[in-house]
Amino acid sequence: MYYLEINHLRKSFGDLEVLSDISLTLEQGKVLAIIGPSGSGKSTLLRCATYLERMDGGDLTYLGEKAVNMDEKGNSVYAKPAKLKEIQQNFGLVFQNFNLFPHFSVIKNIMHPLIKVQKKSKEEAKEIARKLLEKMGLSEKENSYPYQLSGGQQQRVSIARALALNPKVLFFDEPTSALDPELTGEILKVIRELASEHMTMVIVTHEMNFAKNVADYVIFMDKGVIVEEGSPDQIFTSDNPRTKEFLGKFD
Amino acid sequence: MNFETMISQMTGGMTETIGIFAWTLVFSLPFGLLIAFGRMSKYKWLSTIVKLYISIMRGTPLMLQLLVVFFGPYYLFRISMGGSWRFISIIIGFTLNYGAYFAEIFRSGIESMPIGQYEAAKLLGYSRIQTFFMIIFPQVIKRILPAMANEIITLVKDTSLAFSIAYMEMFTIAKQIAAANTTFVPFVIAAVFYYVFNLLVAGVIGLMEKKLNYYH
Ligand SMILES: Nc1ncnc2c1ncn2[C@@H]1O[C@H](COP(=O)(O)OP(=O)(O)OP(=O)(O)O)[C@@H](O)[C@H]1O
Ligand SMILES: [Mg+2]
Repeated sequence: MYYLEINHLRKSFGDLEVLSDISLTLEQGKVLAIIGPSGSGKSTLLRCATYLERMDGGDLTYLGEKAVNMDEKGNSVYAKPAKLKEIQQNFGLVFQNFNLFPHFSVIKNIMHPLIKVQKKSKEEAKEIARKLLEKMGLSEKENSYPYQLSGGQQQRVSIARALALNPKVLFFDEPTSALDPELTGEILKVIRELASEHMTMVIVTHEMNFAKNVADYVIFMDKGVIVEEGSPDQIFTSDNPRTKEFLGKFD
Repeated sequence: MNFETMISQMTGGMTETIGIFAWTLVFSLPFGLLIAFGRMSKYKWLSTIVKLYISIMRGTPLMLQLLVVFFGPYYLFRISMGGSWRFISIIIGFTLNYGAYFAEIFRSGIESMPIGQYEAAKLLGYSRIQTFFMIIFPQVIKRILPAMANEIITLVKDTSLAFSIAYMEMFTIAKQIAAANTTFVPFVIAAVFYYVFNLLVAGVIGLMEKKLNYYH
């Protein structure tokens, strides 16, 4: 059983087709990196997979449970709201610009969804939050507010917040792009650590070395289609002219 | 008439003025939020009606609106309202008017919130109602407090418009005493009262702003 499976995903904004016929699968404990030029549809793909955008065509399945089905014409048919909500517990998303709740302290950012959404007790939520903050090296920041933290620290809090809900698949949309270059390392280290613990992840990134070293599988997208996919070795030594041209820009 | 009698006669008016102010806030703030939702509705017919409502409330004199509410039941339907109607109609009139102003403030605050806050809340599994009341609205309050303060201070002064339907609030009484005794003193007392009232209101709002200063 795949943890994540997408078939024939199509998505347009008005007349602009942003994704055409995207299919991918992801097994438990694997890390998928998605690379590609700006505007190729990477974020839209993640946003479709996390319900932030509505798919036009194709299906979407988490751990064998269909969130979105396909009719005979290939158009998307969404499951009932209750079902969607249930399946939603399988995934989390880490945003490029963190989107922490500024009026909550660091620890409350993590505890609040546990208490209000997962109905955990305050004590249990606090225990989970403290453990994750320790893992992120932010124990002494639990009572700070987001504005008092560096970008890298904020991103680590947002990763902790997502992990607290115990997702089966965690998506990252360019988690280091909003950070100063000297802060990207601390985030990449956290993700590397999660990979070594066999967290199932999909990471959109412009950090090619990171993709090469951490991903089990790489997808190269351009203009809304998957141009090439394979192991990092295959992609980073590819003969495909478009892949080569894109990767050439990073040398 | 000596100063003490004047003060004691005016105290009743002060209580009425404070009553108009307080009840108007109690009703017009939630009403304003409701209007703001209507204004932002995805249903075009609803947002159009609400938009028209807001523009009428803001584009016509409050005094006229108070008169319409007070005399409306009788002139339109020949219904005679009871003795408390004078006060109730004032609260209704002020609520209808201030609700429209508050609605525009709520709306601008809600629309200024970054979409990422909604998206993060959605991903974490919050319901729409939870998202609004736990994540969005607390931040909106902080953003709109300065604009709210202006409006609320205007309300303190606008309560005197109740004199237009001869309600015995502060200003009406001051006018009567002044006319009966040909003295200027009641106006001075009234001015001091409104001024101190406003200082207090501004002080309370200042405290709230300070309290919300714990985050940016
Ligand atoms: N809400 C929207 N409305 C209209 N067009 C959109 C919307 N969101 C994205 N697009 C368009 O879809 C295309 C793909 O955008 P997307 O953000 O998915 O690209 P990306 O691969 O994530 O790029 P980047 O590397 O710059 O983040 C772009 O042409 C973009 O302008
Ligand atoms: Mg993007």
